[in-house]
Amino acid sequence: MANNNGQQLKKGMNIHVRRTLAYIVLAIISFLCLCWFYILVINATRSHADLQRGFTPIPSSFLAKNMNGVLHGTLPVFYGLMNSLIVSSLSAVLCTYFSAMTAYAIHAYHFKMKRFMFTFILMIMMIPTQVTALGFVQLIDKMHLRDSLIPLIVPAIAAPITFFYMKQYMESALPLAIVESARIDGAGEFKTFNTIVIPMMKPAIAVQAIFTFVSSWNNYFTPALILNSDKRKTLPILIAQLRSADFLKFDMGQVYVMVAFSILPVVVIYLLLSKFIVQGVAMGSVKG
Amino acid sequence: MRACSVGRPGISYRAGSKMPWISAFASGSVISEESKYAMYADGELSDTGSLPAELGREVSMSGKKKRGKVVSYNKWGYIFLIPFVLVYVIFQLIPLVTTIYNSFFENYRQGLMQVGPNFVGFDNYKAILTNGDMWVYAQNTFIMWILGFIPQIIVSLLLGAWFSDTRLRLKGTRFFKTVIYLPNLIMASAFSMLFFTLFSDGGPINSILMQIGILDSPYSFLSHAGSARGLVAFMNFIMWFGNTTILLMAGMMGIDTALFEAAEVDGATSTQVFFRITLPLLKPILIYVMITSLIGGLQMFDVPQILTNGTGDPMRSSMTLIMYLNKHLFSKNYGLAGALSVFLFIITAILSMLVYRFSNRKEA
Repeated sequence: MANNNGQQLKKGMNIHVRRTLAYIVLAIISFLCLCWFYILVINATRSHADLQRGFTPIPSSFLAKNMNGVLHGTLPVFYGLMNSLIVSSLSAVLCTYFSAMTAYAIHAYHFKMKRFMFTFILMIMMIPTQVTALGFVQLIDKMHLRDSLIPLIVPAIAAPITFFYMKQYMESALPLAIVESARIDGAGEFKTFNTIVIPMMKPAIAVQAIFTFVSSWNNYFTPALILNSDKRKTLPILIAQLRSADFLKFDMGQVYVMVAFSILPVVVIYLLLSKFIVQGVAMGSVKG
Repeated sequence: MRACSVGRPGISYRAGSKMPWISAFASGSVISEESKYAMYADGELSDTGSLPAELGREVSMSGKKKRGKVVSYNKWGYIFLIPFVLVYVIFQLIPLVTTIYNSFFENYRQGLMQVGPNFVGFDNYKAILTNGDMWVYAQNTFIMWILGFIPQIIVSLLLGAWFSDTRLRLKGTRFFKTVIYLPNLIMASAFSMLFFTLFSDGGPINSILMQIGILDSPYSFLSHAGSARGLVAFMNFIMWFGNTTILLMAGMMGIDTALFEAAEVDGATSTQVFFRITLPLLKPILIYVMITSLIGGLQMFDVPQILTNGTGDPMRSSMTLIMYLNKHLFSKNYGLAGALSVFLFIITAILSMLVYRFSNRKEA
C-alpha cells in the first residue's frame, strides 16, 4: 500500500515536472512566433532617425507620419492594397462557389465519367503552379492578358484542393434526401444548388474562402510574372520592389509600415476567425 | 463537444460513427485525418461509403416513376463540371502541355536577338543536366529544406504529444494552437522582407546582440552561406511547424486510447509510451507529412528570393530550383525553363505517387 502511494506520488511529481516543462517550451515557442510581429509593430511607430539609433521595445509616436509617408511615397501602395484586395476576394468567391459546384456534381449525380473525374482531380492536386508557369505566361501573352488581373482571378475556379475539401464536407453534411425533396417541390437543379446546397455548405465555404483569400493575398510568384505596370501591381510585388531598391534611400519607418500593411490584414482576419481556420487545417491538409 | 468544429454535427458524427475515439477525445478541435485518407481510396467511397448517398438514390428510385427523369438529372453532373473542366484545361492543362512542348525547342534571347524556336530534341535536357547549376540549386534547396524540416518535425511531435496527452491536461491549448498556426498565414515575401531588415547590419537583431554584449561589431547574416541558409530554414520552420503540429495531433488522437491505458496499467513512462506506441503508429502520417513537406520544399521560392533579392547570394548558396526557373522565365530562356519544369514535374509526380501509395496502404 505504502509502495503504491509512493509510486502515485512519484507519478504525480512527474506530471507536474512535465507540465511545467511543457509550459516553458510552449512559452518559448509562442515567443518565437509572436516576437516578430511585436518588433514589426513597434518599429512601424518609430521614425527613421530613431530606428538608426538601435532597438527599443517601447513604441514611439510616428505611426501616422510613417503611414502618410508610405501612402504618398514613390511606391504605388494604395493601388497595391486595392489590387491585392480585388484579386484575393474575387478569387475566394469564385474558388469556393465553383469548387462547391464541382464537388456537388461528383457527389450528387451518377454518370459515367464520375469516377474518372474524381480520380483525375485527385491526381492533379499535387501539380505545383510553378511547373506550368512557362506555358501559363505564354498563354497569357497570346490572350493579351498580360498586366491584367484576370489571369490571377479566373484560374481560381479550378482548385482541386478546395474541391476535395468540399467533396469531403458534402459526404458528411449534405444528405441527398434534401436535394431530392427540393426536386419533388419542383425546384430546378441549378436553383437547388444555389438555394439549398450553397447555404448548407456555408461552414465549409467560409473556411475555404479564408484559405483562398490568404493564399491569393500572399502569392508572389505568378503575379510577378504577369503584372508590370504600377497601377496593377499587388502587394507582394511591391515588397520585392522595396527589397531590390537602394535600401539606404528608404525611410526605415516606412519600410516597416509597408511590411505591416501586407501582414496585418491577414493577422486580423485570422485572429477573428482562428477557431474555424485551425479546425479546417487538418481536413484541408493537402495544402503546402 | 468541440469536435463538431465546422459548426455542423454531421462531420463529427460521421467521424465518430466510424471511429469512436474522436468523440471520446473531443477536446481537440481537429477533424480526423482518417477521413481524409479514406477519400483517397480510388473514388470508391463516393459510391459505397456514404449512407446519405445510398439513401438519396433509393428515394430517387421510388420517388420518380419514369426512368427517363433520373437520367435527365444525371446529365446535370456533366453541366456542373463544365466550369471546372473548362478553366482547368485552359489555364492548367494547356500550359502544362506547352511547357513540355517548349522543352524540346531552342528558344532564348541573346541580347536583342531572338534565337529559335528550333526543334532540338533532348538538347535542353542534356544542357541542364550537364551544366551543373541545377545540381547545385537542387542541393541548396534540399539543404535548406532539411534544415527547416528537422526542427519542425521534432517540435511538432513534442507539441502534438503534449496537446493530445490526456494525463497532462494542458490549459490554453486553443491559444497555443492559434499562435503556432499564425505564421503559416502571413505573406512569405513580407515575412522575408521583415527578416531582411531585422537581420541587416544596422538592424534590431544586431543592435540587440551588441547591447547584450554577444557581438562587438555587427554580424552580416546575409554574407555568410551558413547564416543565410540558416535564416531561410528558420523562417520555413517558423512558418510551417504549426501546420505540421496540427496534422500530427490529428493522427495522435486517432490512436486507440485502450493502448495508452494498457501501457499505463503496465507502468510505462510517458517517454516509453511515446517511443513504443505513439511513434510507430504514427508512421504513415509521418511519412505523409514528410513527403508533402518535401513537395512544398521543392517549391521554395518567396523566402530566399526576397531575402537575397533574387541573387541567391552569398555565392548562390541559397539559390533554389524555383528561383532558377524564375530567372529563366524572366530572361525568356524558354527552352531551358521548359526542361527544368519537366524535371520538377517528374519529381513532384513521383513524390505524389508515394503519398497516394502510403495513404492507400493505410486504408487497406
